[in-house]
Amino acid sequence: MTEGTEVKIPVRGIGIRHKARASIALIGNPNAGKSTLFNRLTGLRQTTANFPGVTVEKHLGTVQLANSAFNLVDLPGIYSLDGISVDERIAVDVTLGRVPGTQRPSGLLVVIDATHLYQGLYLLEQLLELQLPTMVVLTMIDAATANGISIDVAALQDALGGIPVYPVSNISGHGLDELKDGLEHITDVTVPSIPASWPELSETAQQLAQQLGADWQRIDVIQALLKTHPDYAGKLGKQLGSETVTELRVRLFGDAPPAAVEARRRYQWVKSVISNVQDHAPLYEKMGARLIRWTNKPWPATLLFFAVLLLVFQAVFTWATPMMDVIDSASSELGRWLVTQLGNNAFSSFLADGVIAGVGSVIIFLPQILILFLFIIVLEDTGYLARTSFLMDRVMRSVGLSGQSVIPMLSSFACAVPAIMATRVIPDRRDRIATILAAPFMTCSARLPIYALLIAAFVPDQSVGWMNLQGLVLFALYILGILGGLGTALLLKSSALRGPKPHFMLALPEFRTPNIQTVAIKLYDRGRIFLKRAGTVIFVVAILVWTLAYFPRMDTSQSPPATLLTESVDQTSIINSQAAAQMEQSWLGRIGRTIEPVFRPLGWDWRVSSAVVAGFPAREVVVAVMGTIYAVGSEADDQRLSEKLRSAKWPDGRLIFTLPMVLGLLVFYAWCLQCAATLATIRRETNSWRWPIFAWTYMTTIGYVGALIIYQVGSVL
Amino acid sequence: MTLADLSPGDSAKLDKIDTADPGVIRLMILGMVEDITVRMENIAIGGDPLEVGFFGSSVSLRKEQARHFKVTRITSVPST
Repeated sequence: MTEGTEVKIPVRGIGIRHKARASIALIGNPNAGKSTLFNRLTGLRQTTANFPGVTVEKHLGTVQLANSAFNLVDLPGIYSLDGISVDERIAVDVTLGRVPGTQRPSGLLVVIDATHLYQGLYLLEQLLELQLPTMVVLTMIDAATANGISIDVAALQDALGGIPVYPVSNISGHGLDELKDGLEHITDVTVPSIPASWPELSETAQQLAQQLGADWQRIDVIQALLKTHPDYAGKLGKQLGSETVTELRVRLFGDAPPAAVEARRRYQWVKSVISNVQDHAPLYEKMGARLIRWTNKPWPATLLFFAVLLLVFQAVFTWATPMMDVIDSASSELGRWLVTQLGNNAFSSFLADGVIAGVGSVIIFLPQILILFLFIIVLEDTGYLARTSFLMDRVMRSVGLSGQSVIPMLSSFACAVPAIMATRVIPDRRDRIATILAAPFMTCSARLPIYALLIAAFVPDQSVGWMNLQGLVLFALYILGILGGLGTALLLKSSALRGPKPHFMLALPEFRTPNIQTVAIKLYDRGRIFLKRAGTVIFVVAILVWTLAYFPRMDTSQSPPATLLTESVDQTSIINSQAAAQMEQSWLGRIGRTIEPVFRPLGWDWRVSSAVVAGFPAREVVVAVMGTIYAVGSEADDQRLSEKLRSAKWPDGRLIFTLPMVLGLLVFYAWCLQCAATLATIRRETNSWRWPIFAWTYMTTIGYVGALIIYQVGSVL
Repeated sequence: MTLADLSPGDSAKLDKIDTADPGVIRLMILGMVEDITVRMENIAIGGDPLEVGFFGSSVSLRKEQARHFKVTRITSVPST
């Protein structure tokens, strides 16, 4: 790749900086190689921001050419301008200049996968109606050659009415220099005024747009006629009279749905173009291709799916552990060091137990999240994720969802926040919301510490057959989460979110080797988004919990706790019992005592209640709060805390942590929505308070009721 | 005969498409229109969904939508 290194740049450069750069939209089918091209064209001169009002990230980059520069916007992949998922709609709206605060593109760079000319040309024909300067990049040329496809680029260019077409190899980058040279003049390209695929529609719309006046573009009229944009359709009816519009529609579409007619007309044209410009020589299939074809067959594919799943879980939970341990001990060491440096006072406690512990509790999830994302991105880029949806559709259908909910559900085993963001690809809003509400039930990594603590303390470490009882209980908790999630989806889909049966249609991309640069950039991007979204919330929550536990301060002039008088106790246990006494009279302790009657039927005393209350904003703090409350220190190892829990008693001497109470507590943790970051994400993604409030109330209720039933029934037995 | 009746490896020409189902229109936008030749690539365990190939693309759809595509079977070559 040659960057312009000519000496005359300074003079030119100044000129460019003074005038506003043109904005070019990069647009194409999903998996057409857009991201790779975007990265190649912009290098690392790119930023990610949010489109105003929506949660879809926009990727902006600068393309520096020898003599000029322009901004490039990378948009989610689409098949047509009738996009239905959130991702697709934003791509369409940006392209059409309908997003406030986003510059209407002054040109389009349309990416077409040479092995998928058919769908690529369809989208291109729709885009030509925008009458913007347009260039075509034909990607995956090498893949096409490998498949025995040859394309006559000159003939294709002719068929498209002279629009420049640049073939580029996705592996070697061959053809990129020619493309860059061509891009210097992108805004000068004139596109045919009437695209060839459906002249009647283009002409009718053109005439109407002129007749209707300045606030109508031709594409607006087309979308109004096709009814693919309800607002414009309504506006057109008002301005022309509904009879005229009906008449126009009958003339153009007969009695068939307009979108179906558009598909028929344009694809018919596309088909004839392909037969002229593309030659497909049957090739002997290579070994690799045959292997992949075999692994796509139902049984091998399903077995492979479970193998991949196992590998991902193994990676997320095993490979991440050393990194998480390092982060954990680093943040507590740093905290301890600060306290020794600054002395034990409110400020050092705020820094150590509030700020540092807060930051630590965010970044501790990063290793797992990054490993999970790495797998998801690689699987996405190889085209395997789509196939996963295909394989699991049958299962998801039984709860009223489709295969497209599988990926978000799987992601939420690490963390519900990225999982909820991953639901954007689900086209149906009802399906999407049902998936969003099911995702927080899955056993996320923040639940694991409390599971580990309670299981280690109360489930005997013995074998059941060839399995370990503790492992079995953990497995049961995972199943409990899955059942909770799927049950919720089923319940919602058959009540509040009842709707027509979800369709499941998905283009299944063929296997591709992922591009390392693209994977790295995507990984960095998603990690950053996680830190920003979840990080800010968890951080604020950690500070809040610290404040509640730290204030008001205990009156130190009060008589010292009885333990101080015994000689045998060491310094640490004195500090720990002081901390416990402080916790008891802190706001958190008082809240725990106040709320204790609510949780009494579940068999919880004020200590457990306080820890649970502290966990509502972020469940990962629970173990630390329990450590403090039970006077073993927040950094104590599980073993000492386990002993304390096992011997904790009610005033009348009965044990608090009985088996029914512990099982109830586990069920409560499995089902309860104790995560402010998840609530904030639900709020953001559904754009309403209704769903987060519903999710919280619903999950807390069934968590409570589940724990209540288990405790009460178990205590009687 | 409809698309839903094909076995893996069958090729068929799409004859007539019933556009009453909005899901069918989504498939038409992906290129499943009259007069093209499609190939039944795979059928998931449980008999649904289906994977149909045409013009180098693969699309998955449910049987429910596949029934709206009337087809003529051309050849039956079991997939390798």
